[in-house]
Amino acid sequence: MRYWFPYPLLSLLLLGFWLLVNQSVSPGQILLGTILSVSLSWAMVNLEPSKSRLRRPGAALRLAASVIKDIAQSNVAVLGAVLSRRKPPVQSAFVMVELTLRDDNALALLACILTTTPGTAWLEYDRQTRMLLIHVLDTADGKDWQSIVTNRYERLLKEIFE
Amino acid sequence: MTELLIIWSVLISQIMIGLAMVCALYRVAKGPRAQDRILGLDTVYITGMLLLLTFGIRTSNVLYFEAALTIALLGFVSSIAFAKFLMRGEVIE
Amino acid sequence: MTFLVDLPVWAAIPVCLLLLSGSAITLAGAIGLVRFQSFYERLHAPTLCTSGGVLLIAMSSMLTFAVLQNRWIVHEVLIVVFMIITTPVTLMLLGQSALYRDRAEKSTDVPRKTETAKADPGIDL
Repeated sequence: MRYWFPYPLLSLLLLGFWLLVNQSVSPGQILLGTILSVSLSWAMVNLEPSKSRLRRPGAALRLAASVIKDIAQSNVAVLGAVLSRRKPPVQSAFVMVELTLRDDNALALLACILTTTPGTAWLEYDRQTRMLLIHVLDTADGKDWQSIVTNRYERLLKEIFE
Repeated sequence: MTELLIIWSVLISQIMIGLAMVCALYRVAKGPRAQDRILGLDTVYITGMLLLLTFGIRTSNVLYFEAALTIALLGFVSSIAFAKFLMRGEVIE
Repeated sequence: MTFLVDLPVWAAIPVCLLLLSGSAITLAGAIGLVRFQSFYERLHAPTLCTSGGVLLIAMSSMLTFAVLQNRWIVHEVLIVVFMIITTPVTLMLLGQSALYRDRAEKSTDVPRKTETAKADPGIDL
C-alpha cells in the first residue's frame, strides 16, 4: 500500500485540485485525476522531502491567527511608508536573527511567513552557524526583531513540529 | 442603480490597476540591474491577473478567470526560472 | 451586462468597497516599486499587491458571484491559494540571487557571508 501510494494526502489534494479545475465529477475526470495524482506522488518520492508530523492543531490555529493579524498590520504600515512624504521613504536594514529551529518543514513555513509579511523578507539561512539574514523595510520604530521572531513564531512552530 | 455603481467602480479600479502596471513597467524599463527588472516583470504578471479578474466581475465570463489562473501559473514559473538563471547561470542543473 | 441588475444594494456596496480598496493597495505597491531606493527595499513592494490586492479583489468577485449564483466561485479560491503559496517562493529566490550577485561583485552594501560557511551559496530554505 505504501509502495503504490507513497503520499496519500498529496495524491488526494492533487485529485481534488484536478476536479476543481475541471469543475466536474464525471468518472472519466476522476480516473484521469487519479492516474495523474498517483504518478505525480511517485515523482515526489525522488525529491525525498523530509517528513515531519503535525503535533498540535491548536497551536497551528493560534499561529494562523497571529500571522493573519501581522500581515494586516504590516500591510497598513508599508502602505504608510510608501505614501509618506519623507525623501528617502524608509530606513531599511539587514538584520541577523539566531534560530534554534531544526525541522526543515518548520523552517520552510517560517520562510513563507516572513516573506509574505510585507515588512520583512527572508534572504539567507546558514545551517552551520544557525544565523538567519532578513531584510527589514522600516527600522525607524526600533522593534527588536530577534525577540519578535523568537517569541511570536519560533515558539509556536516548535510546539507544532518538534 | 447597482449596475451603474459596480460598472463605475470596476472602471475606476481598472484605471488604478493600469497605473500600477505602468509603474511596474517603468521598473522593468529602467531598473538598474537585472533583478530589478525581474521584480518588475513579476509585478506586471500580478497586475495583469488582477485586471483580468476585474473584467471577469464585469462580464461574469468564466474564460477571464481561467486566463487569470493561467497567468498566475506561468508568471510564477517564469520568475523562478529567471531567478535561478541569475543565481547559477543556468535554469536546469 | 444584464446580470448585474440582480445584485441587491447590500451586496453591491461591499463589492465596490473591496474592489476599490484592493486596487488602491495594488497601486500603492507598484508606487513603492518606483519610489524605494535599493533593490532590497523594492523586494517588499510586490507583497503588498499579492497579500492585499489579490485577496481583496478576489473576495469582491467571490461575493458578487456567491450572491448572484450564476457561476461557481472555484477559480477565485484557486487563484488566492496559488498566490499565497507561490509569492514567497519567488521573492525568496530573487532575494537570494540578488544577494549572491552583490557578493560576487564585492559590493559593500550587503553583509558578508559568515566565515564557517561553504563557498557554494546553495538554496537553503
